[in-house]
Amino acid sequence: MTDIATPATPRLADLTVGEIVAEGTFPLTRDSLVHYAGASGDFNPIHYRDDVAVSVGLPGVLAHGMLTMGFAVQPVVDWAGDPGRIVDYQVRFTRPVLVPADDVAVVTVVAKVGALDADAGVARIDLTVSSGEVTVLGKAQARVRLA
Amino acid sequence: MSVNPELQGRVFPPVAPYLVGREKVREFSRAVFATSPINLDPEAARAAGYADVVAPPTFAVVVQEATLAQLLAEPDAGIDFTRVVHGDQRFSFSRPIVAGDELTATLTVASVKNLGGHSMVTAVSTIVDAAGEHVVTATSTLVVRGDE
Repeated sequence: MTDIATPATPRLADLTVGEIVAEGTFPLTRDSLVHYAGASGDFNPIHYRDDVAVSVGLPGVLAHGMLTMGFAVQPVVDWAGDPGRIVDYQVRFTRPVLVPADDVAVVTVVAKVGALDADAGVARIDLTVSSGEVTVLGKAQARVRLA
Repeated sequence: MSVNPELQGRVFPPVAPYLVGREKVREFSRAVFATSPINLDPEAARAAGYADVVAPPTFAVVVQEATLAQLLAEPDAGIDFTRVVHGDQRFSFSRPIVAGDELTATLTVASVKNLGGHSMVTAVSTIVDAAGEHVVTATSTLVVRGDE
């Protein structure tokens, strides 16, 4: 296990509960979904075929929940400086992200300090993940190991 | 049809080991918009103290997937794949996944709850490395919708 802290690595003692530590904007297109399907091996056609999505009662093609979970933590990874500092990450999938064939679905992420555990050396970072003014993930929390 | 409550507590046989490839980690990283050089560049990963590129946190789902396939294929489970919705997901790490790891996942069904025609199944996949050391536990809650 590594623990190489660079000068840019955030320090637990410098953080305040409620403070925004990172933000991100992710423009999703159908290409993003096809790319994720291939990279992850999740080839459920509701993530790339309108006819199949509609046939199972969905309003249209939607992003893989695991894709949204995957990028939503990236602003936190960049802030922490090392993906290995994420020791726990959980989300609830509350609303789908619809991705039209000919347009972009923009998903925004705001990461705030939710709680600090100095004894464990862990900051809980709470994520607000929204698409078109509605949140799409609930209880999205990343626990980050910091010095 | 509701999910078989006797599934609760069942431990499945470990799935075949998954060898984490460097290019797979890089491909997955790009697909989730990861930009950390530790995910993409072996030199940067080594400089940070890792043997090779580090996988993004949610890469663990790729290793977990075979265990969920086991669950859905279990003959007496009563889980209709077309009615499954992913409810919750969690990853709890002892250490990050690094290219070169050979990982083995074992599924335990932690709970089965049938309520109001719907079922909730909590599947816990414990992922260990070639030395048998814990790497990550992936927990999924699957909601199986009842007949409309």
